[in-house]
Amino acid sequence: MPRITFPFGPQHPVLPEAIQLQLTCEDEKVVEVTPVIGYMHRGIEKAAEGNPFVNNVFLCERVCGICSFMHALTYCQLIEGLMNINVPPRAKYLRVFWSELSRIHSHMLWIGLLADALGFESLFMQCWRAREVILDVLEMTTGQRVIQSSCVIGGVRRNIDGELAKTVFNLLDEFKKQWDAISPVVQKDYTIRARTEGKGILPKEQAWELGIVGPTLRASGWAHDCRLLGYAAYGELGFQPVVEEGCDSYARTLVRVREVDQSLELAYKALNNLPEGEIAVKVKGFPEGEAAVCVEQPRGELFEYARGNGTPHLERLKIRTPTFANIPALLVMLPGSELADVPVITLSIDPCIACTER
Amino acid sequence: MGLITKSRIKSPWIVHYSCGGCNGCDIEILACLTPLYDVERFGILNMGNPKHADILTVTGPVNHRNYRVLKNLYEQMPDPKVVLAIGACACTGGVFHNCYNVLGGIDKVIPVDVYIPGCAPRPETIIDGVIMALKKLNEKGSKAE
Repeated sequence: MPRITFPFGPQHPVLPEAIQLQLTCEDEKVVEVTPVIGYMHRGIEKAAEGNPFVNNVFLCERVCGICSFMHALTYCQLIEGLMNINVPPRAKYLRVFWSELSRIHSHMLWIGLLADALGFESLFMQCWRAREVILDVLEMTTGQRVIQSSCVIGGVRRNIDGELAKTVFNLLDEFKKQWDAISPVVQKDYTIRARTEGKGILPKEQAWELGIVGPTLRASGWAHDCRLLGYAAYGELGFQPVVEEGCDSYARTLVRVREVDQSLELAYKALNNLPEGEIAVKVKGFPEGEAAVCVEQPRGELFEYARGNGTPHLERLKIRTPTFANIPALLVMLPGSELADVPVITLSIDPCIACTER
Repeated sequence: MGLITKSRIKSPWIVHYSCGGCNGCDIEILACLTPLYDVERFGILNMGNPKHADILTVTGPVNHRNYRVLKNLYEQMPDPKVVLAIGACACTGGVFHNCYNVLGGIDKVIPVDVYIPGCAPRPETIIDGVIMALKKLNEKGSKAE
């Protein structure tokens, strides 16, 4: 059988971002995949060495616009670790609250895109409508819809209290109502099951060997979640990672669906148990020494490392994002699949190219 | 205004390219297409194909790798066409202005008709920008006729 190689991307309707997959096919079967990245590389790590360390919060936030809050959180925790800053408990709970809202909005966005890739347009629209409620909460509490800039070194910028908290609870209830109507459809619908069940298998052992992270790893049966480390207020709020054993695209969908429920629960819990007190402490001095931090982002483990030398500028900042770790999974999932399934399987790892290439 | 120009600005088709930004603007453009903002009621459709499109929306700064892709997309679009630079990065390079791989705003590579500021711009701002682009499309179309 003759083999044909052709490019999938960088500009492709199913991909919101620029990545190229070079697919080698025998007839309609994919036999080989080569990802080609680099279309969105900016050089954030290098630029971060040139900026004063306080300004890097805003640069790191823009590594990715979807999970921007988690990027800012990781960088802030990293610098707080270097400078031995104790963040007030109220700020920690507020950080959990915004992190979980970011996770919900990211997962809702992904479920919508999956539905769109399947050709299930009405579900795409419903998901994005429900997501707008969460964006309203984010805008109301932080001032911005997608890039919140509410996390700073030493705490957070804004407080949630009194009237605002009441409105937030009402909006979360409103979201829950809409989500409860959508979630059974995502889990049970015939079209979704037919296109995802048994597609893009990532065996349990291989997932661990390749160093896969996040929902992709949890859908292959590993209870691996960085929130178990107990950063911010996760240690006090307590939670169990969502695990599925299916190893296929359907299991990955289920993990994300169940994580929306879990995140909503955590957001309620964080807001209900908000401790009294300050929301930020003053930062004095410059970072010195080395530190590394892991944070669970919607797509998986986000790792950052920094080295400071007692000046306003960092000597080195390293950012490893979850999609960077998850792209090798495509080399296992795609070979053997049919060409028409490539968009859905590619989407099932929730690729975020802006993150990957920084 | 001729019939062709009239129908063109009644239902402009968009092709979107994400140059190298952070995604924030991309998801706001997608939000414009979904129920809350729903630009489809004005006949605005998102197309994957540059040869179908009247408006090119670009987010993010151009870098050394993707400026050829952007130029290529622009050249494939039929005249008259307008270009929207969406977000601070597409306008000037924004927060990434001092990154080594970034050339700057997209106007370094292709001519831009409307600049939409903000990081990320709200969907209302984007819709406003598209309406301004339609005026330009009208002028360009009338001149061609």
